[in-house]
Amino acid sequence: MNQTVKHLVDPNDFTVEEINQVIDLGLKIHSNPAQYARLCEGKILGPLFYEPSTRTRLSFESAMLRLGGQVLGFSDANTSAVKKGESLADTVRVLDDYCDALVMRHPMEGAPKLASEYSTVPVINGGDGGHQHPTQTLTDLISIKYYKGHISNLKIAICGDLLFGRTVHSLLKTLSRFENITFYLISPPELKIPKHLKDYLLDTYDVSISEFTDLEDCIEEADILYMTRIQKERFLNEEEYMRLKDSYILTRDKLSEAKSDLMVLHPLPRVNEIHYDVDRDPRAKYFEQAAFGVYVRMALISILLEVADHA
Amino acid sequence: MLKVTGIQKGIVIDHIAKGNGIKIFEKLNLAKVNYPVVLLINVSSQKLGQKDIIKIQDNVDIDFTMLGLIDPKATVNIIEDEKIVSKMSLEIPKEVTGLFQCKNPRCVTSVDDYAVPKFTRVENGKIQYRCNYCEELTEYKL
Repeated sequence: MNQTVKHLVDPNDFTVEEINQVIDLGLKIHSNPAQYARLCEGKILGPLFYEPSTRTRLSFESAMLRLGGQVLGFSDANTSAVKKGESLADTVRVLDDYCDALVMRHPMEGAPKLASEYSTVPVINGGDGGHQHPTQTLTDLISIKYYKGHISNLKIAICGDLLFGRTVHSLLKTLSRFENITFYLISPPELKIPKHLKDYLLDTYDVSISEFTDLEDCIEEADILYMTRIQKERFLNEEEYMRLKDSYILTRDKLSEAKSDLMVLHPLPRVNEIHYDVDRDPRAKYFEQAAFGVYVRMALISILLEVADHA
Repeated sequence: MLKVTGIQKGIVIDHIAKGNGIKIFEKLNLAKVNYPVVLLINVSSQKLGQKDIIKIQDNVDIDFTMLGLIDPKATVNIIEDEKIVSKMSLEIPKEVTGLFQCKNPRCVTSVDDYAVPKFTRVENGKIQYRCNYCEELTEYKL
């Protein structure tokens, strides 16, 4: 393993200071993107997507193109040597010569960490199974910083699939390191956060966690409401998915109980967990959040490629 | 009374809890080695009532991590010229590599030969290990 290369495969790979650095640079890029348009000229980003993705892959590609760099990778493992049975380690050991950084999405949990052990260039986790999705968290945090002005002293309600939701796991693991954070976790009993994660958070950080099955029980307290999709692809049993898929549907009616400065976030894609009528509510920020994903990934790429100071 | 002579050089694993001797014997693959090994079971012990003992002649290169995982209360005596030259206590290992599988079927270690299961012990009063890849907790059981 090359110890000197900086990777982002787990939220804890970055200190709070480093996370703030990425977010602050992302906000600077957002306010003046032209200044950063040639920062990655001559550099190549390699998206290795073993699982379907729209926002993560395209926002990374957009980010690299907006930095003046290029992209070279695959979005379907069936079109790569993986189809012939090539191991992940072998793929990475070849592609790290072709690219300056790799972004990986993989259905197996821990795959990006394995890749980072063999790569000589930075590896970014673009989502591994139901485990982690640290760059979605950066997207969430830059949105919070932009609209709230700070990432501390917040009451955050997270609703939906907390068991398999990798965006939720990364968000919890990251926000727990910020000051005075209270979590309200709303899910059906079958989709509560993994016990090992809850124990880890409570044992490691000074954080408050309360669990609910009804959104109405805590919505009025929340500063941020983070909705998530019940993910069909994570269920082994279709019947179980059908039973749980409509557990939570956020409507404008339900928002009437919430604070006037609540932020409604969602990592997207949504199915029906946020009714379309909520889109018109000024508290709905999920499309702006998706847009911030590009700027924060521009910042992340610049920092990992050590060109951030060249702007 | 059954009498087993001492060894001239090698290792004596003593104070193995009754029943664990055969498990250690199997986990260390001692049935397949070509040096002399003695497994004693149900030996009288003041401390344990009954205990198991393993004597391995001529070889001192065994996996102490595995031993600590199976029976941390066992003791290891290194023998040279028929005398104990060092006594070691075992402990439950903090880090374990490749000795058991992660229980998470979605973990990369379950499908990729390059991903050797690596674990870090969780301090929660149980013998539980957090997978270094997927973070799932696996309780070690023989």
